[in-house]
Amino acid sequence: MASFTLKINGSSQSVEVDPDTPVLWVLRDHLRLVGTKYGCGMAQCGACTVLMDGYAVRSCSLPVSAVGDKAVTTIEGLSEKGDHPLQLAWEEKDVPQCGYCQAGQIMNAAALLSQNPNPTDEEIGAAMNGNICRCGTYTRIKAAIKTAAQTN
Amino acid sequence: MTLLKTKVGRRAFIKTSALAGGGLMISFSWLASCGPGTKEAEVLAMPDEWFDLNAYLKIGENGVTTIMCPNPEFGQNVKTSMPMIVAEELDMDWEKVIVEMAPFNTSLYDRQFTGGSQGIRRSWNVLRMAGATARQMLKQAAANAWGVPLEEITTASATVKHEASGQSATYGELVSAASKLPTPAEVQLKEVKDFTIVGNSKKNVDARKIVTGTPMYSLDINQEGMLTAMIVHPPAFGMKLKSFNADSVKDMPGIKEVFSFKTFQDDYVQNYFDTNTFPELVAIVGNSTWEVMNAKKALQAEWEPFDSYSFSVDAFGNKQTREVPAGLENSDSHLTAMQERASGPCTLLRKDGDPDKAFSSAAKVIERTYTAPFLAHNPMEPINCVADVTAERAIISAPIQAPELIEGTLSARLGLPLDKIEIVMTRMGGGFGRRAYGHYMVEAAVISQKVNRPVKLVYMREDDMTFGVYRPTYMATYRAALDENNQLVAYHVKAGGIPESPLGRGAANRFPAGAVDHYLAEEWSVNSNITIGAFRAPRSNFLGGAEQSFLDEVAEAAGQDPIQFRLDLLTRAKHNPVGEQNDYEADRYAGVLELVRDQSNWSQPQPGVHRGVAAYFCHNSYAAHVLELSRENGKLKVKKVTCALDCGIVVNPDAAANMAEGAIIDGIGNAFYGEMTFRNGVPEKTNFDRYRMIRMNEAPESIDVHFVKNEIDPTGLGEPPFPPIFGAVANALYKSSGKRYYHQPFLKEGVALG
Repeated sequence: MASFTLKINGSSQSVEVDPDTPVLWVLRDHLRLVGTKYGCGMAQCGACTVLMDGYAVRSCSLPVSAVGDKAVTTIEGLSEKGDHPLQLAWEEKDVPQCGYCQAGQIMNAAALLSQNPNPTDEEIGAAMNGNICRCGTYTRIKAAIKTAAQTN
Repeated sequence: MTLLKTKVGRRAFIKTSALAGGGLMISFSWLASCGPGTKEAEVLAMPDEWFDLNAYLKIGENGVTTIMCPNPEFGQNVKTSMPMIVAEELDMDWEKVIVEMAPFNTSLYDRQFTGGSQGIRRSWNVLRMAGATARQMLKQAAANAWGVPLEEITTASATVKHEASGQSATYGELVSAASKLPTPAEVQLKEVKDFTIVGNSKKNVDARKIVTGTPMYSLDINQEGMLTAMIVHPPAFGMKLKSFNADSVKDMPGIKEVFSFKTFQDDYVQNYFDTNTFPELVAIVGNSTWEVMNAKKALQAEWEPFDSYSFSVDAFGNKQTREVPAGLENSDSHLTAMQERASGPCTLLRKDGDPDKAFSSAAKVIERTYTAPFLAHNPMEPINCVADVTAERAIISAPIQAPELIEGTLSARLGLPLDKIEIVMTRMGGGFGRRAYGHYMVEAAVISQKVNRPVKLVYMREDDMTFGVYRPTYMATYRAALDENNQLVAYHVKAGGIPESPLGRGAANRFPAGAVDHYLAEEWSVNSNITIGAFRAPRSNFLGGAEQSFLDEVAEAAGQDPIQFRLDLLTRAKHNPVGEQNDYEADRYAGVLELVRDQSNWSQPQPGVHRGVAAYFCHNSYAAHVLELSRENGKLKVKKVTCALDCGIVVNPDAAANMAEGAIIDGIGNAFYGEMTFRNGVPEKTNFDRYRMIRMNEAPESIDVHFVKNEIDPTGLGEPPFPPIFGAVANALYKSSGKRYYHQPFLKEGVALG
């Protein structure tokens, strides 16, 4: 057990956990931020995607001890009022079916747009290929990212 | 106008106010703060008082209306679509609607079941009645207040009007009086042409919560005093627990208890959906997920092969004995076993004419064999359940498609009467059939009972993927006989699988049965200890691919266009059907083929675009696809899928299109990549590193969904677009390569996308 002070969604949060504990479980079990989802535990599905200093990371495979003073953003902190262009575009395109993977999809897309504000279809495909949607909403996800890119 | 007696679900229309404060009605823990389609800035003001008009809806004095969704939501959009039907007949303003998940209560709600694409179809009348009954009561309240005849009163958008006297009132103003009126014995339903909500796309009522990460799934529940539990199950089908060493992990950080348990009591007669792959499990219970996960990995346990055994099943009143064979099975030997079994005696399902004679005198005979592997459902939210069991009662929150089918099992296992068991139907992170089998709820409940604390049972992805309840592996051999004029005169399908045949339950009566003079359908099966369960369009999900690939080849052998070939057969089936009990309407089947032909510009092929067509009828609905493949930089891409569907009235068109798109992508993924294999009983794929799922790069660039417009009561939609996409893929692949693909997944035959 060790103590960690993390910068999460703009505020400092302290937890006492095993240093190997993945950020995913720190968020979900200790900080009660359950918007970040567990899908595979081995960085294969993207459901657990959060931002670390703006870059998309798979929180299921990131030990809490590796975060340091980097700023972590989860779906709960992506925007203050849930009005990030991606969140609005996701609603406009009525993307979700079961919805479980969508927080990870949105966080991954947020990292993409922050680095590439006007991605091509191929760039969207390449950036989003690590995020599985079992319901098969890929065409809508792509459309929503393009909509958000236009309004951003 | 349709006059409907308020007979069905009558109990739902008895005043529920007595229940509102207690009993099972207490489970609304996630009150919506805004209505569907409202922006964050336009949060609906909560009323000071709610008035229940029936179990499906309540109206506040300010007009805000809560509509219950009775069925579990797993992504098929019922939580939006079902309340839309109620709102339609209520003549409600959709912007003032709040949707809540109903409690699980079979005395109030009919058929709280998600499966078989039957939700909207089977609840259509009940939901309409719920809205119409309430509207009638509001009109009656106005008639009483204004002293005018009921017949002269009209409603529109949550307002009641009396044209002649110029009086009007909102539902909010009338609901107090209306709630004191008796429930009308019969009500008038609207005419389809007058619908203003049904048929007009409404946004997913949970979209805001989904895009902001608001807790909704049972895996998200955190409850005071709750512990986390995981199970350790045998590593192979055919094995059972021999021993385990609790001491090996019980002193690890955060670990509270380690014990083995049996999911069902020894003499328990299982019901049909009690599928219990591993009857005895080891439970590890601790403070947090990561700590329990570590202990699970470290647990020392020994497993041993089991001997063959049998158990009793009560399959909806039909008592059966199920044999579970011993043995550690292999995928390679599965194929051999199916080939051997298929050449043995089969069960005759249907015979028209004289198939033997027709085949022996045919000008041309085509015979092809198709196979498909076991599939794991892999819903994105792994199996889990939160159980809070005390000596007096149990509260079980779970992603469950079939709560009604597990409540009796829970009751028997926990020793609690049904009315002391509350099941909370959380939003499911996918299901695809897997969550019709609620064994995990029993497991969580048993663990909670043992540790006397609320428990969240979490399956690791590896547990979820290796726990069985798979789509069976199948094999089908088709034969077709053409006469000298290239007419299809005889058709023979012989199909089976491990451990079930895909042809059962009437599939032998589907097209092209009824369109061919000499027709033969037979089935066989090989038993196994690998457990199976419903998987999106059970059985059809194989037949739709195999049969439609075969018909493509037969059409080619006959020198005909594949769409026209099918249409000609359907014309025959319509005007001069062969045999009886043909399980499709030839006109509607032809309708989707014609629609997809027109919308895909089938008559105008483009160079470099390789197209495959397929159609299928199942779950009361008709689906046809044209899939377009092309090669770019040496890579195969699905450019476009055009889809035509006939599922009657479409309640929420954009959401319906979304589901069809999902079924198409799901099918393309499984056609190319989906497969679970076994070596010595061990499932060889345990996570998404080896179980390949379709990803964005492999999805079609565009999907174009079209619905046949009619006023037929709605039928299934979640499943029907799924089976034929396998055939469309195979047929387009042939056009692109000149090679026919017979064995899923096609990746194994050396072809991949992207």
